[in-house]
Amino acid sequence: METLPDEGLVAFVKEDCPTCVLVAPVLAELRAAGEDIAVITQDDPGFPAGLDAVHDADLGLSWHNDIDTVPTLLRRGGGAEADRIVGWSRPAWEEFTGVDGLGANLPEHRPGCGSLSVDPDLADTLAARFDGTGLVARRVEFASQEDEFEAMFERGWSDGLPLVPPTPERVLRMLAGTSRAADDVVAIVPPDLIEATVEKVAINAVMAGCAPEYLPVVIAALEAICTDEFNMHGVLATTMGVGPILIVNGPIRHEIGMNSGMNVLGQGNRANATIGRAVQLCVRNLGGGRPGEIDRATHGGPAKFGICFAEDEEGSPWTSLAESRGFDSSASTVTAFCGESPRIIFDQMARTPEALLSSFVATLLGNVHPRLTGMDTTIVVAPEHMARFRDAGWDRARFLEELTSRLMVDVDGILRGVDGIEEGIPRGLGLEGAQLPKFREILVVHAGGPAGLFSSTFGGWVSGPMGSVPVTKEITR
Amino acid sequence: MSTMTVLDPTDESVPQERPRAARPESLAGLTIGLLDISKPRGNVFLNRVEERLNGLDASVIRFQKPTFSKPAPVDLRHEIASQCDAVIEALAD
Repeated sequence: METLPDEGLVAFVKEDCPTCVLVAPVLAELRAAGEDIAVITQDDPGFPAGLDAVHDADLGLSWHNDIDTVPTLLRRGGGAEADRIVGWSRPAWEEFTGVDGLGANLPEHRPGCGSLSVDPDLADTLAARFDGTGLVARRVEFASQEDEFEAMFERGWSDGLPLVPPTPERVLRMLAGTSRAADDVVAIVPPDLIEATVEKVAINAVMAGCAPEYLPVVIAALEAICTDEFNMHGVLATTMGVGPILIVNGPIRHEIGMNSGMNVLGQGNRANATIGRAVQLCVRNLGGGRPGEIDRATHGGPAKFGICFAEDEEGSPWTSLAESRGFDSSASTVTAFCGESPRIIFDQMARTPEALLSSFVATLLGNVHPRLTGMDTTIVVAPEHMARFRDAGWDRARFLEELTSRLMVDVDGILRGVDGIEEGIPRGLGLEGAQLPKFREILVVHAGGPAGLFSSTFGGWVSGPMGSVPVTKEITR
Repeated sequence: MSTMTVLDPTDESVPQERPRAARPESLAGLTIGLLDISKPRGNVFLNRVEERLNGLDASVIRFQKPTFSKPAPVDLRHEIASQCDAVIEALAD
């Protein structure tokens, strides 16, 4: 029976419910009284005995009729539900059925039990099974002899690491992480310029190993890298080993348990490890950006797998990266920066901000190449380095002022051919004798473990409108 | 054993196969576009190619992308397609 009878009474019961067991004789009394009553059992096909109950094996009848309690007694008329009561109450059942003297030996009232169709362990499965979900992605069925992990590798969905199979149930749970509709378009993903819906992003987030509460970060990060300013097409296609470095600010860092402390750029934290991966899987599977195809990287780098970390705002005496980019401290944001692998800024000896800054300058001048200027960089200042600046009363503005003033480069020293190096400023542009700033823009983040006199820097790529511009997006649920 | 159903993580598009444009038998009398992608020394390569093409009785139109780091703008691609019989794109460095 795929639908309920057009007329008469319908009772939904399960054997694993004392109230249903209690009312089983009443159902028999109703049938004996000439009532047209159908009985639907959710668990034991033989329950209640002698009533020819229909087994709702896949719980479809229960699901489609919104049964949340058993017993539920429906009255149907003209092919539609006219009324319903739940649980056991003699007066209510007598009034509902018009039959007096029901269940003479039964107590007056008994509350019902939860319907199997709303069992928390089954809810996602049923939602997926009956497609009350609006999920429209193509279903891919793996054969019974197929290993699902190998099958996903073979289909080319993986970045080289195993993927979590994106079953409809898991995707539904992932979608609960956002209030956005599954068919909302998040971004147009390069290189194939594909409209990425929330559903497709959620599928890739499942595969990456994300928890549902990370999904809003993945969505905002994908929005950020798919802007014209960030230029993900170029970032993907370049032979240089760069990729999106994702930095998270605001309350969501704590809400989803991101790491901004010890080993912040390393392994061991699920959110840090999977958010960047999910974004890159979207580029691969939706945008069609695969190595050896549009991705032409000579060496690649860790950002091709995905890099995402949080700023330690509470431990910082400075305004956060997001605040420096015009966002309120109460906002959750993700900033995308196109960068290389992190490189350590080493200084265990400096005891003054000036001395430490000298080490920063010496290292930063080598960003990408000592002869190249005009790129962006992101500096991750470690807490023990930050203490030098804090103790001397330097704020973010003072730090950047001191730093940029010392990162002015004499053009004469970086002309092509100087010291036998062919890279550098072409001669004849009239820049001889001038100074150029090493960087176009410097992003500063505070993060890292409490001990260790190591900061880090991510070198940039072609920076600015001709290449990639850092983009910050607010994260909304 | 039971089967497992998963949702397709790709864009689900099916690539459309189109035949390549016919290769010209000879370059004589044709208009050849030379596209400089704006990387250093792309002009060195294209200058030499232009010399060789002139020797083959082909005419040459030079084009340049605004930046090598982004795809060629649609207008530029249209301009090349409408004015040229063939195009040579220079990578560089």
